[in-house]
Amino acid sequence: MGLNSLRQAAGLCLAGLLCLFSANTVAADAPRPLKLTTTADHSKFKELQREFQSGPDVTKACLSCHTEAAGQIHRTKHWKWEFLNPVSGQTLGKKSVLNNFCISVASNYSACTSCHVGYGWKDASFDFSVEENVDCLVCHDTTGIYKKPPGLAGNPVVKDTELPPGSGKIVKGIDITKVAQKVGKSSRDTCGSCHFFGGGGDGVKHGDLDSSMAAPDKELDVHMDATGLDFTCATCHKTSSHDVAGSRYTPTAMDKEGAHVRGKEDKSNPATCVSCHDNTPHKKDERLNQHATKLACQTCHIPEFARGGVATKMSWDWSKAGERDAEGKQITRKDAKGRIIYESRKGAFELGENVRPEYFWFNGDVNYTLVTDKIDKPDGVTRINWLGGSPTDGKSMIWPVKVFRGSQPYDPENKTLVKPHTAGNDDTGYWKNLVWDKAIETGMKDAGLPFSGKVDFVKTEMFWPITHMVAPKEKALACSECHSKNGRLAGIQGVYIPGRDANPLVDRLGWGIALLSLIGSLGHGLMRFAARRKH
Amino acid sequence: MGERVYIFKGFERFWHWAQAGLIMFMMLTGFEIHGSYANFGFERAVNYHTIAAWTLVGLWVFAIFWHLTTGEWRHYIPTTEKVLVMARYYSSGIFRHEPHPFKPSQLNKHNPLQRLTYLGVLLFISPLIWITGWLYLFHADWLAWGLSSLRLEWVATGHTIGAFLMLAFFVSHIYLVTTGHTATAHIKAMITGWEES
Ligand code: HEM
Repeated sequence: MGLNSLRQAAGLCLAGLLCLFSANTVAADAPRPLKLTTTADHSKFKELQREFQSGPDVTKACLSCHTEAAGQIHRTKHWKWEFLNPVSGQTLGKKSVLNNFCISVASNYSACTSCHVGYGWKDASFDFSVEENVDCLVCHDTTGIYKKPPGLAGNPVVKDTELPPGSGKIVKGIDITKVAQKVGKSSRDTCGSCHFFGGGGDGVKHGDLDSSMAAPDKELDVHMDATGLDFTCATCHKTSSHDVAGSRYTPTAMDKEGAHVRGKEDKSNPATCVSCHDNTPHKKDERLNQHATKLACQTCHIPEFARGGVATKMSWDWSKAGERDAEGKQITRKDAKGRIIYESRKGAFELGENVRPEYFWFNGDVNYTLVTDKIDKPDGVTRINWLGGSPTDGKSMIWPVKVFRGSQPYDPENKTLVKPHTAGNDDTGYWKNLVWDKAIETGMKDAGLPFSGKVDFVKTEMFWPITHMVAPKEKALACSECHSKNGRLAGIQGVYIPGRDANPLVDRLGWGIALLSLIGSLGHGLMRFAARRKH
Repeated sequence: MGERVYIFKGFERFWHWAQAGLIMFMMLTGFEIHGSYANFGFERAVNYHTIAAWTLVGLWVFAIFWHLTTGEWRHYIPTTEKVLVMARYYSSGIFRHEPHPFKPSQLNKHNPLQRLTYLGVLLFISPLIWITGWLYLFHADWLAWGLSSLRLEWVATGHTIGAFLMLAFFVSHIYLVTTGHTATAHIKAMITGWEES
């Protein structure tokens, strides 16, 4: 290319750029292309153009138009924290079950119900029939300023308040009027304000849900990718009459229903992968569809969880709680990365990032050890929940799971798990006093359960199927991750996995005859060679 | 050095060497799939093995057609005649430089022991590998074919048994190539088509 043509090319480029700029100026004069997802601007509604004094005050205004909304909420798990498992008959729900994180809600309402979609649940006497106690804002806030701090039974701080009382710490009040005027659809932020922080902190509980999912990139989650598909939680957890689809108590482990289609009645769970992707999603390789008859999509497409830079708790040892320093104060210890691994009031933790799941056959049945159930093996491991499933029941798939291991207080005389009173600025709250028997006595009394006064610790496990943080398809598991001798599915029974499995007898005999033919040939050849020398 | 006989025709030689290459490649990739070692990596081993399998299928279609139309299939008809003579030759005569008891010809290419062995390969090892290999390949379609009670484990084990037998045959075959009238007579014949005796 000569100098002249180079110059020409440069000139053309410049002209092109100028064109682009002028096109931009034209666009600025045209009406702004607003991408509204609603026809209503709530700030223009008379009903909302006044100063609001409290949460219920706002809710009353909402209900003046959305007359049926509170009734719809009242029927949901989000409101009742109660769920009757139709298969096992067990009464579940946050109100009843216990876990191996912060253990239990009973006697700790004011703290725990900061994540209730309601106002004022401060003890067991909460009235679930009051409509204005429904919290609309926690799901419909779009400003990001709405907060419900622990200790206030689900109420936001509307005026500057000392919290906890007597601590000298002032929590600034939020502009609840502004929040009310700017309501909109739920978002990753609103759902995340509780679900990212389950277990008492960012990413603690699930491993596949933490604050990094508020605005993830494609690498972290292909669906929620904030600059790409930008799904909200509700895109999959499709809500009908305020009842959010998807459940940890009765998950859909195997979805045979195929993709949901408009006009076709679909009662199946809309939050499964299959409900959009169908049962044969791999277009190029039929073999992968064959895999999908045994493997949950999540198994290959979520190679690791806690991938967004937020660590998740992997274990929690309550038996180590209670240490004090020389001055009798509570202590915390951190690891090299500055993450808390010990707190006097909670015990010792192990954290994990980019964690490889464990794998199990899972058919959708989730069973719980309830506080009323006997612990048969105090020396072994008590499974607080466990997943049903087997290779042969026709209902199970191989699922990735976060197994959360811990050690927590139990009553060695009554042989039951216990519900301690943890949060609370009073004489028995464990987090303040570090005394187990008093804390457990208060908690069990609140739950109306017997307690012998004796405390010991039992090892526990919980099983959390992994389903979020779906990686781009190039990052899906490579074949050899499972098709190898000590691969990810090393512990999975009931399937023949080429590369992992072999009949040992066939192998021994096979290599045996191959070796024999080699030795025979070599021997025969050697004899011929020797015979040839003699002649 | 005696007369030269034209034994193996062009297609036959092509068929032999193409098949030899494919089978070696299939053993290489197959035993990797089996988990015996790592070479290409599991995924590529499977892909290569599958491509080789289809190539072998194509080759066999031609070979069967050729054998039927030319009547060459007759070379695999077993005979008991001279089997003992051959066996005695391999177990003692060969060490004493007795002359090779079998003279290959256009009409009779394989010695009686070869005939038996190749027939065994054709009637037992190959069908075992083929049938199990096909089933393996179409695992996704078993349900549609009504094979719901078939288990991958059985098919894979059968295929593996076939593969080991093939390996044993392969080892012996390579050695027996050197047992012609001269050590290189057989291999020359399969390359040029002419056997010297
Ligand atoms: C000389 C020929 C062949 C040899 C030595 C051979 C050897 C093997 C071996 C050792 C395995 C691993 C089995 C296991 O551990 O499960 C295998 C897998 C396989 N073979 Fe062959 N094979 C041969 C021919 C064929 C043919 C002709 C076909 C198809 C028509 C075939 C199709 C397959 C398939 C589909 C697999 C499984 C790959 C997978 O995991 O998806 N093979 N082969």
